[in-house]
Amino acid sequence: MPQILVEDLRKTFKVNRRQSGFFNSLKAFAHRQTTTVNALNGISFNLEEGELVGYIGPNGAGKSTTIKIMSGILTPDSGKCEVMGRIPWRQRIEHVRRIGVVFGQRTQLWWDVPVGDSFDLLKDIYKIPFQQYQKTKNELVESLGLQKLVETPVRQLSLGQKMRCELAASLLHQPQILFLDEPTIGLDAVSKLAVRDFIKKINRERGVTVILTTHDMDDIEALCSRIMLIGKGKILLDGTIEQIRNRISPERIMTIDFVRTPPSIAFPGVNSVRGEDGRLELHFNPSVISATDLINRITANNEIKDFIIENLPIEETIARMYDEFKI
Amino acid sequence: MNAIKLYFKYINLHVRGQLQYRASFLILNIGNLLVTFIDFIGIWVLFSRFGSLRDWNLWEIGLFYGMINSGYAISEAFGRGFDLFAYQVNTGEFDRTLLRPRTTVLQVLTHDFQLTRLGRLMQGLIILIWASINLGIHWSTFKILLLLFAVFGGVMLFTGLIVLQATMCFWSTQSLEIINSFTYGGIETAQWPLAIYNRWFVKFFIFIIPLACVNYFPVIAILGKNDVLNSPVWFQWVSPLVGVLFLFLSIRVWEFGVKHYRSTGS
Repeated sequence: MPQILVEDLRKTFKVNRRQSGFFNSLKAFAHRQTTTVNALNGISFNLEEGELVGYIGPNGAGKSTTIKIMSGILTPDSGKCEVMGRIPWRQRIEHVRRIGVVFGQRTQLWWDVPVGDSFDLLKDIYKIPFQQYQKTKNELVESLGLQKLVETPVRQLSLGQKMRCELAASLLHQPQILFLDEPTIGLDAVSKLAVRDFIKKINRERGVTVILTTHDMDDIEALCSRIMLIGKGKILLDGTIEQIRNRISPERIMTIDFVRTPPSIAFPGVNSVRGEDGRLELHFNPSVISATDLINRITANNEIKDFIIENLPIEETIARMYDEFKI
Repeated sequence: MNAIKLYFKYINLHVRGQLQYRASFLILNIGNLLVTFIDFIGIWVLFSRFGSLRDWNLWEIGLFYGMINSGYAISEAFGRGFDLFAYQVNTGEFDRTLLRPRTTVLQVLTHDFQLTRLGRLMQGLIILIWASINLGIHWSTFKILLLLFAVFGGVMLFTGLIVLQATMCFWSTQSLEIINSFTYGGIETAQWPLAIYNRWFVKFFIFIIPLACVNYFPVIAILGKNDVLNSPVWFQWVSPLVGVLFLFLSIRVWEFGVKHYRSTGS
């Protein structure tokens, strides 16, 4: 049985309709008008233990609603959701004991006291046995480099330091599943890399299942073996990065630096050519013309300095995906 | 048992956090003390002008006043998390509460603890003692018990009201004023002997929001006064029971609110 099983999950919200203007406000006060928003329109997927999944989609697509249901905060209207054999919203306390949740924008630590005190309080909240707590805490402090931060009040930490402490806090009780909601938002490059490395590490070494929502496509590329795309309350795509790339566009990019003026190129399979100062950028379809063929045909008549072959940047793939699904 | 231990750990954390800002802690405490003192001076001015209210003198009113304010100060210090609950809903902090393997009541209760409300408690106690000296009350075990019962019941009742006030936030964060008129209005009301009020008003504060049970009935027993309302004697002793019952019912309403929140997410 999968660790997380979601079947035809649906959720609608009533939103108060407000119009501008004084008289409209009065009218709304007397008679409240609401519109129904379908946040989730029948979502289904399975997750196995130890997966690292990127859950992506534009703002308002239903990402947080799904996360909130899976973590036991929200009750859905209909559909099935079982996490480790439990129904999150019915068995909230047993359920949340075994999951960890990090919101990039909100802290779970106590603002005015040293980080270590927050950890101690979490020990009591989660009823973690003393020995196990000491061991887990030491490991986390070690691998996240928190030695100096433990004594510092949270309000004095930088964003990157705070995020590292948040990650530690969410793992003290050794959850089997970790939900990360935009964990790298606002972080500098160094912190981002540290956070990514750590996520990869706990996934690999402890087998923690990680569900990651993010708008940072580098996160996705660096971390996720599987991507689920949600839009308008539906799962639109579900697969590996490669599968999604091929599905959206199998296109690859070859950039060539020529010794002399670049020639004009018009082979079948080459979709577009852009050039400047002795350099050409070719977008080609590898199923029509292979990279070897292409480079052979070009070097037959031209001397080149260098060339690189790349995938379409992930940002662009995702943007095309959003575009294709009109979300 | 574990929950109580955790509760005090939380309180400990808040107290340490608040003591970090020493100056602000002292100023807030003194401020709280002064504000409420000025309040009582208002009553004192009234009496110095008119002498008495029906057959109640200033120090008898002081006893009502001191008791109700001590109870309220305690419940405000401990129930501060519920008092500021609108903030937790607006910022989404309540979601975090739902993500922890503890009851919502325990977590919201411990979300904040207002040490500076001690100033208000001090003021309540000072007036209580001052009034009792002026009245020459002989504190028998029986009367001390009545007093403790009354204050305990008061703490429970006010905490219940604060919980109800917080519950309203699940529907609208703007409708707090309604409940405010019950908490603050209730305190204002109970600072005076209930007997001076209108009949339906009296009934409301006995049977709906049982402020009279935690204040009026025990106080007249302590003062040894005749009850113009002709209440049965056991009314003077029901304070803890009524308080606990009121808090229990408030928590049930709260749980219903939590259920509503989890189905609407706002």
